[in-house]
Amino acid sequence: MAINIKQLTKEFSDPLSIGITSGHRLCPGCAAPMTVKMALMVAKHLGYEVVVGLATGCLEVSTTIYPYTAWSIPYIHNAFENAASTIAGVETAYRALKKKGKLPVDKPIKFIAFAGDGGTYDIGLQALSGAVERNHNFLYILYDNEGYMNTGNQRSGSTPPGSETTTAPVGKAIPGKLQLKKNIVEIVAAHENVYAATATVGEPFDYMNKVEKALKFEGPSFIAVLSPCVRFWRIPEDAAPSITKLAVETKYWPLYEVEKGVYRITKKPRSFKPIREFIEKQGRFRNLLKHPDADRIISELQDYVDKRWERLLALEEATRDKPAR
Amino acid sequence: MIAEKTRLAITGAEAVAHAMRQINPDVVAAYPITPQTPIVENFAKFVADGIVDTEMIPVESEHSAMSAVVGAAAAGARAMTATSANGLALMHEIVYIAASTRLPIVMPVVNRALSGPINIHCDHSDTMAERDSGWIQLFAENAQEAYDLTIIALKLAEHESVLLPVMVNQDGFIISHGVEPVEILPDDVVRNFIGEKKPRYSLLDVENPVTYGPLDLYDYYFEHKRQQVEAMENVFEVFPKVVEEFAEISGRKYNFIEPYRLEDAEHVMVALGSTNGTIKDVVDELRAEGKKVGLLKIWMYRPFPKAEIQRELYGRKTVVVLDRSMSFGAEAPLYAEVKSALYEAPAKPLMGSFIYGLGGREILPEHIRSAFEMAVAGELVVDDQKYLGLRE
Repeated sequence: MAINIKQLTKEFSDPLSIGITSGHRLCPGCAAPMTVKMALMVAKHLGYEVVVGLATGCLEVSTTIYPYTAWSIPYIHNAFENAASTIAGVETAYRALKKKGKLPVDKPIKFIAFAGDGGTYDIGLQALSGAVERNHNFLYILYDNEGYMNTGNQRSGSTPPGSETTTAPVGKAIPGKLQLKKNIVEIVAAHENVYAATATVGEPFDYMNKVEKALKFEGPSFIAVLSPCVRFWRIPEDAAPSITKLAVETKYWPLYEVEKGVYRITKKPRSFKPIREFIEKQGRFRNLLKHPDADRIISELQDYVDKRWERLLALEEATRDKPAR
Repeated sequence: MIAEKTRLAITGAEAVAHAMRQINPDVVAAYPITPQTPIVENFAKFVADGIVDTEMIPVESEHSAMSAVVGAAAAGARAMTATSANGLALMHEIVYIAASTRLPIVMPVVNRALSGPINIHCDHSDTMAERDSGWIQLFAENAQEAYDLTIIALKLAEHESVLLPVMVNQDGFIISHGVEPVEILPDDVVRNFIGEKKPRYSLLDVENPVTYGPLDLYDYYFEHKRQQVEAMENVFEVFPKVVEEFAEISGRKYNFIEPYRLEDAEHVMVALGSTNGTIKDVVDELRAEGKKVGLLKIWMYRPFPKAEIQRELYGRKTVVVLDRSMSFGAEAPLYAEVKSALYEAPAKPLMGSFIYGLGGREILPEHIRSAFEMAVAGELVVDDQKYLGLRE
């Protein structure tokens, strides 16, 4: 599918036709609804019906405050850590009822789970791994805003080093979070028969192409979307797309996919910017920058992203035409 | 395929697996835990052999088992799981969600002591931890009842004025692993009895999209909780009809409670589960000795059949309540509730609370006899919790 913005605008001129509508209560500039909207437009454009499952989090609480809902497609939220197992149950019911000829409407349905980084890297990791291992046919989209933003900016397994959070604050003794972000795509890609990719709202076409690939993939698929929280990244409301573009240009968030073990980098910038530029643009690193250890931490991060990029290039080379199965 | 009533020598776990085979759920998601495992193993074999066309989800935890079952039930499927002890505790969060989402899930629970210390044998601490979760809770005395109540539970759960999940409790090992004669109904009879599930709201009905599990704050949450109370109250009307229909197909009569030799009994014991079988024997022995004793067996613990219990216990001299779990720092669950039910009694009986069988500790006829003898001798002390078979 070659994405044509003009055509999409026309196709989805009715706001109810996408699946998520305006009127939800997410912050202005939040990238989460963009993440959802782009994915749903692709699915609908391809002719699929969609059932979504959500983990507890900003997106869930802000779109379904009873008696209102921002969803014009079937939606289920169960709890925080079980988006993957809940959607697995829905998907299995679909297969079972289809097999028994008991479906209310027989149309091709795709199952998409949306969860934040807390619900994915941390508390929901087991359920995600189990659902992927069992080979359910579903797409799991992580909107990664690098912290527990719904509860007011606490550290998660996705928070980068030096980022200011309320549970790993930058203090005199400790310069904020010390550990690197977990590499969630590698974790998911380590399962057999899976499509796993990174994406971001600042690169919509790259993201939407991956959604298409993921939906057409037979088996579980996973897309980690870097999806800024403007409130706690302390960036302007219009900055989510530009800051995530910069994340790609600084190697902070390389865009790639792993399909059955085969790596492919989907965007290779001609030249890279230093990671410091990405850090300096965000208020969440303000206190780190004032800290005496700032230079060391930033240079270690630079070293890390450089090495990771080199590794990715090598993996792309090494796995070319060598799918795991 | 079973076309006629058949008597099989099977365990309680196998009996429940047969009930599940006849129900033929659309989805079963389960995780192994002793002593629930033989239910799932036997059922998995039915799936593997194509005897049922259920889709099984071999989940990676009980938390995911209940989560997947919630997802499947919300998608309109008939969905089941089974568990024990720590597995039920791990599900706890989603157990509440299943009830408040009004999903008619049936879950056999093979009762086992909750950790810690870790133990694999029977007591009721696992299911008692869920007594306020909004699930209907039924207790079987033996394998036959475990089978029957599983089928009854399904019809009760799916009744449109109930729409609540049901736990069917059977005592771990004692029932689940003990071989007994069990009468299995013909498959088509069971299928006709349960009928087809007709979900009002399904996630797969894409033409009529619904939002399941919204954020429900101070302006509506309270009303929704009140509706759960109403659904529980409706069970008192629906359950008698369901068990009457079941009696027509099976000849076996169920109710909220089972009175045993209560007609002129002055001293009544109240209990849940398999121990009722032993109590019946002791009652017979004591009756032969001329003592006016009887038993009130509780089949349905949630909703708590207060009116029926009052009807049977008013006018008795003493009431002895046996609990297979405790509430540390407070009265044991069944005792507290029976005592509360007797608050309005015109003449209050003398009551005694006895804890027994924790972690699978054997309960012998002499233990039950000693409790009855205390009652007959007028030695019960209302607020003195006693222990049967405990070394002190």
